[in-house]
Amino acid sequence: MNLSNLESIAYSGPELILMGAAMLIFLADLVVRSKEHLGSIALFGCAFALLAAVGLRMPFSEKWLIHGLFGWGEGWLYSRMVVVDDFAVFFKIIFCLAAFATIWMSLGSNEVRGVNEGEYYGLVLASTVGMLYMASAANLLMAYLSLEFVSLTSYVLTGYLRHNRRSGEAALKYLIYGGVASGTMIYGMSWIYGAAGSLDYAYINAALAQGTVNPLAIFIAVLLILAGFGYKIASVPFHMWAPDVYTGAPIPVTAFLSVGSKAAGFAILIRLFYPGLSQTVAGGGWQFLGGVEWPQLMLVVCMVTMTLGNFAALNQQNVKRLLAYSSIAHAGYTLMGFVVLNDEGLRAMLFYLVTYYLMNLGAFLVVMVVVNSTGREDIEGFRGLAWRGGAVPAVAMAIFLFSLAGLPPLAGFIGKFYLFAAVVKAQFYMLALVGLANSLVAFYYYARIVRTMFLDMPDGTEGVVTLDAHNACLLYFLALPTIVLGVYWAPVIDLADRSVHFFVG
Amino acid sequence: MSILTWMTFLPLAGMAVILCLPSRAHTLIKQTALAFTLPPLVMGIWLFEHFDRATAAFQYVQRAPWIESYNITYFVGVDGISVSMVLLTVLLCPICILASWGIDKGIKGYFALFLLLDTGMMGVFVSLDFFLFYIFWEVMLLPMYFLIGIWGGPRREYAAIKFFLYTLAGSVLILIAMLVLYFSNEPHTFDMTQLMAQSATYGTAPIIWGLGLQHLLWLALFVGFAIKIPAFPFHTWLPDAHVEAPTAISVILAGVLLKMGTYGILRINYGMLPIATADLAFWFLAALGTWNIIYGALCAMAQTDLKKLVAYSSISHMGYVMLGMAAFTPQGINGAVLQMFNHGTVTAMLFLLVGVIYDRAHHREIEGFGGLAGIMPVYTGVTALAFFAAMGLPGLSAFISEVLVLLGAWQKYPGLTIVAASAVILTAGYMLWTMQRIYLGTPNEKYLGLPEISARELVTLVPLGVIVVVLGVYPHAVLDLINVSLLNLNQMVAAAPAAVASLR
Repeated sequence: MNLSNLESIAYSGPELILMGAAMLIFLADLVVRSKEHLGSIALFGCAFALLAAVGLRMPFSEKWLIHGLFGWGEGWLYSRMVVVDDFAVFFKIIFCLAAFATIWMSLGSNEVRGVNEGEYYGLVLASTVGMLYMASAANLLMAYLSLEFVSLTSYVLTGYLRHNRRSGEAALKYLIYGGVASGTMIYGMSWIYGAAGSLDYAYINAALAQGTVNPLAIFIAVLLILAGFGYKIASVPFHMWAPDVYTGAPIPVTAFLSVGSKAAGFAILIRLFYPGLSQTVAGGGWQFLGGVEWPQLMLVVCMVTMTLGNFAALNQQNVKRLLAYSSIAHAGYTLMGFVVLNDEGLRAMLFYLVTYYLMNLGAFLVVMVVVNSTGREDIEGFRGLAWRGGAVPAVAMAIFLFSLAGLPPLAGFIGKFYLFAAVVKAQFYMLALVGLANSLVAFYYYARIVRTMFLDMPDGTEGVVTLDAHNACLLYFLALPTIVLGVYWAPVIDLADRSVHFFVG
Repeated sequence: MSILTWMTFLPLAGMAVILCLPSRAHTLIKQTALAFTLPPLVMGIWLFEHFDRATAAFQYVQRAPWIESYNITYFVGVDGISVSMVLLTVLLCPICILASWGIDKGIKGYFALFLLLDTGMMGVFVSLDFFLFYIFWEVMLLPMYFLIGIWGGPRREYAAIKFFLYTLAGSVLILIAMLVLYFSNEPHTFDMTQLMAQSATYGTAPIIWGLGLQHLLWLALFVGFAIKIPAFPFHTWLPDAHVEAPTAISVILAGVLLKMGTYGILRINYGMLPIATADLAFWFLAALGTWNIIYGALCAMAQTDLKKLVAYSSISHMGYVMLGMAAFTPQGINGAVLQMFNHGTVTAMLFLLVGVIYDRAHHREIEGFGGLAGIMPVYTGVTALAFFAAMGLPGLSAFISEVLVLLGAWQKYPGLTIVAASAVILTAGYMLWTMQRIYLGTPNEKYLGLPEISARELVTLVPLGVIVVVLGVYPHAVLDLINVSLLNLNQMVAAAPAAVASLR
């Protein structure tokens, strides 16, 4: 279906709810004196947006919806600018969950509390709206606008700690880097427009399928566009901003960037390169169009990204910085599913993003708990954490880190298992070996934190870590699924399987 | 529900119970741990009674769907090879709980992790689904890391991470091989019985250096398992881990974990890749095994730390297992698995005995003692039994298995057998020399007042001693269990090249 602007509104539930909540927060910030409930509005907004996103496509939701008020189905919205399909809905759910956990986390953060809370929560919601559109963009123009919208809000969020020099520096660095990347990207988009005569993915695809487009033009365009997308997912060589931004930003924002923003980058990447620049072949495979072998290019990017991320993380002393490099490495792992050009790989990527959401947010949450109590984010600040009142966060951190390292029976292992299975099935043995060697290296630095927390005894200078009920709830909310998904993950993999489905008209 | 499921998951339930107990209830925690490891022992005895010795098929099988979209099942069962290892595990776990009674820090964490380790070990031996096997294989690593790293000796952090990285390096290779096997079958499956049934279908056409896919898979799996055995040159984690680990963990490490390497080779390499096994066994199992025997013995002789000596003697003894199974003769392969069982009991005794003396003197320097026989006569008697058993003295269990291995290997590799057999002299050399330095001669003034071995310590040692003596006289108790399955496996490997020839 191809809906007009008015008809499309019924399908924009999550976005409208989030925007409405943001407006409400800005208004309330003006008129209400007590700012305590601004975060709660944001939290509820996210919860409702999540429900609305689930309602868009889930099989069970069709019969419960009031037809005419809410839409159910897939198709083009807003005159082919935006598309709603299983793939988009999957990502919308992830973004809503990411924003939900981030806001929950922010409510318990000492860094965020008190200053300009209205703007803060409003910006988080606005950024989430941008991400929702990134997952749905069916037109290069829309892709650019949504990506830029997410970037702009992220710059502000990164620099949110106005009186903290590191935060300001991070924001500036992020801004300059982002400006260059998006400039490069939009130049690449103009090449595609010139070559294919349209900004609409479906028309680009059709033009490429005819084979009349100059491959060199497409190659240059792909290269330039990858600058923008690679910057969003923090893949080499566009990763340099990540360590500084992750270290400088308030911890909930860092967590949000590392999970939400990265997933949004993957969503937009997959939608342009798979239904946009490739076509399906029998047996769940894909064939790239236009004579440009971008899978080869991405194969190199993927291997270099994970290797660089892991090796750079080995010697970090700041846990946030270490997790920043680890998240670069994880972008590399996730790309393994991208280069194999089949549905199996895409499914593995989607599943991996879910597990990554749980374990990475969880790891940042524990860092936040420690920083809240002691103000220290270096590894030494974690010394003997398990033996000085922080047993629960320490155990949870061990679960998240071992999951990130990919050890069973935790969710991260299952995610990696599917990625490697896709790679082995496509017979990319070299990539599989590089990936596995990387897992070994990665294990070393994750184990370093675990060792500091458990094997080293506190020497009394680290301070006591306490876990309040609010953060404890979120900790369990993230840690339990990390374990459960490691033992029984069938529902999530089935959902991911169903979500590897694009609406192309 | 199969009895095996109960045996595997009871310790896990025990872990959950312990986590709910207050951390100050020290005795209660220890008793709970014991209470959850004794029922599996009783079930093990029942299994020993009721196990059907006349068939090579898997028994007490349970199969349940787990992840249907990927054809992963919960599938457990035992045949003769695994049942002997299951018995060893259920026997050693309560003994180790008793041996850990003196742990004084982080008691709750220690016993919880120990029970998790117990589940992991049982799971490895009973799983018949490759994916399940892999999960259990990896699940063991985490508790082991913490048990060595938190409760170990002075260099525990180094030993723990070294153990972990070595084993993890091996297991990622297993993971790759597992996935390749999965995709080589139509329909894709992790079911080990299926994978074994289709064992002749994996390609042998040369891919690289004259090796076919089957051979490459074999090598990947072999490295993964060899690290656990540990075979030279992947053995260097073992002395470190053993020296730093607390006594009970050393016992588990030597008694059960090392056996997983050889068990994995028998179950997976032999069962699923018989052609490559026939092609590669000489160099990678027989020759390397013989080298392990000699090298381990020579290293053991040079040690000044008693625990390190026992650790190196393990490397040497595991060499017999490799040599025996490489011979593809009924005696050889039976001897190999019997040696796995016997080594489990004998080395467990040795490590427990080292623990006894370390608890009293707080060091393990061989030269630092002397004349202990006069101070602790009972202890010395038990030690003598264990030392003689480790030397392979006739009438004790290890003699039978080593002789079987040598008899079996002689028919295939006479040269290697001569070398391996002469290593017995080295073994006797370091064992007797150690015996002399610690227990005989003039008593060391410092240790005149050492208390005699306690009743609790004796309870951990006597059952093992009895088994060592009984199996020395009546090895059929174990041989009957394993024989039929092993002959069947042997037959499969021997027939594989012919089967392939007929396919072509």
